[in-house]
Amino acid sequence: MAYSDKVIDHAENPRNVGTLDKEDPTVGTGLVGAPACGDVMRLQIKVSDDGVIQDAKFKTFGCGSAIASSSLATEWIKGKKVEEAEAIKNSDIVNELNLPPVKIHCSVLAEDAIKSAIADYRAKQAAKR
Amino acid sequence: MAIKLPIFMDYHSTTPVDPRVIEEMLPYFNEKFGNAASRSHAFGWTAEEAVDYSRERIGKLINAQSEKEIVFTSGATESNNVAIKGVAEFYKDKGNHIITSVIEHKAVLDTCKRLEKEGYEVTYLGVGKDGRVDPDDVKKALTDKTILVSIMLANNEIGTVQPIEEIGKLTRERGVLLHSDAVQGVGKVPFDVQKMNVDLASITAHKMYGPKGVGGLYVRRSKPRVRLVAQMDGGGHERGMRSGTLNVPGIVGFGKAADIMMKEGKEEGVRLLGMRERLRKKLDSSLEEVFVNGSLEHRLPGNLNVSFAFVEGEAMMMAIKDVAVSSGSACTSASLEPSYVLRALGVGDELAHSSIRFGLGRYTTEEEIDFVSDLVIDKVKHLRNMSPLYEMYKDGIDLKSVQWVAH
Repeated sequence: MAYSDKVIDHAENPRNVGTLDKEDPTVGTGLVGAPACGDVMRLQIKVSDDGVIQDAKFKTFGCGSAIASSSLATEWIKGKKVEEAEAIKNSDIVNELNLPPVKIHCSVLAEDAIKSAIADYRAKQAAKR
Repeated sequence: MAIKLPIFMDYHSTTPVDPRVIEEMLPYFNEKFGNAASRSHAFGWTAEEAVDYSRERIGKLINAQSEKEIVFTSGATESNNVAIKGVAEFYKDKGNHIITSVIEHKAVLDTCKRLEKEGYEVTYLGVGKDGRVDPDDVKKALTDKTILVSIMLANNEIGTVQPIEEIGKLTRERGVLLHSDAVQGVGKVPFDVQKMNVDLASITAHKMYGPKGVGGLYVRRSKPRVRLVAQMDGGGHERGMRSGTLNVPGIVGFGKAADIMMKEGKEEGVRLLGMRERLRKKLDSSLEEVFVNGSLEHRLPGNLNVSFAFVEGEAMMMAIKDVAVSSGSACTSASLEPSYVLRALGVGDELAHSSIRFGLGRYTTEEEIDFVSDLVIDKVKHLRNMSPLYEMYKDGIDLKSVQWVAH
């Protein structure tokens, strides 16, 4: 299968690989997928007091398209308000990366990872109050 | 010496044609272009002579008693189809039971599945963790209705070599025919149809440095004489077993390729085993959590199938894109299912997704082995640094205890 240039670029030079402190109340962590399915994404966000995503990090076990989808996701959500990040659709990722049909699940996983990280952040915030 | 990229380490998929083979084939495209079935003129006789010489050379490689036991086909898929369907159809009054293994090539498995739809019964034997069929399981599965056992010589993914000789003893005793898909193993590991009591064997030229599009089926002619119903109707070529004008240049190339294997295969195997072990030891000593899939002892010398835990196979192949290898990861297939062969070993889906198959062959060099092992070590480390699973492993988390959200 031929990869699009954008997938290759993200897979070879992934943005925002890393780990944020998951105990930090301003950090939300999303862990989605399963090793047995061949892809696991962990996406983390650090949110400022005014609800802006200051930092985003990811680590992904998965194919090049999965790595590219999560790399792109972190790039997109950085600097966005939480609500804006929440509105990102997997189809946006598919279009940007030119993913073929068999790789659409990678973009779905990236969308889930964003949503899951936001949910975790909100749960932490709610627990604080 | 500078390394030429890309590097081919996928010799189980196919092999380049040996220049000595090409040289021998060339005259048969134009100068000696006759149809081997033309019995009435010199053009035909020349072609027929060349074809029969190839039969002899191929027969010798597997120790056939007569060159007449070699039937030419378009490749091993056709050979497997003819062998299994042809025998099933001919012996249907004798029985309707076939025994095979779960790790056979799809050309065998899907042929058996079709026969099941037609009312035949098929037993699919499992394999051990080492990737081998237990002859005892064959013995237990044999019934009065069994007409054929089909077990491959060597597996295309994990390179494990099956105990054909032991299985052959059992089938001969019970008067059941034994077919072996010998494509990956012939010329590379011992294969002797007399000693092993093999009655039918599928082989192909392009896995042994011959051209694509030409294969062969060994069909025993005595003790017992194997009969089969042709699956291709037409002019009655190949003693009625496979109609169709013979691919004379291809067959000439096949014969030469077999001749080279006969003379050089053993020595080549020793060289490949040395390089395979060099690669394995380098990877094993520099990386943690590397698992060889299948038996190391009973294995093709040029095969190394390993799983690099916490790294997905397709991402790995992309990271080493200057090296042509293969993976059992689901992402390499349209089905999104990981390799059925690795699953049969009980490898576990996560490690199946992490598998890489290195296939070494005639033109692999030590320099390439060193280059590839350094590259692979570097990229595995790189990908592990971005793998959440590796981080969890390093933090002492048991990955099996995690509640994963499958999608």
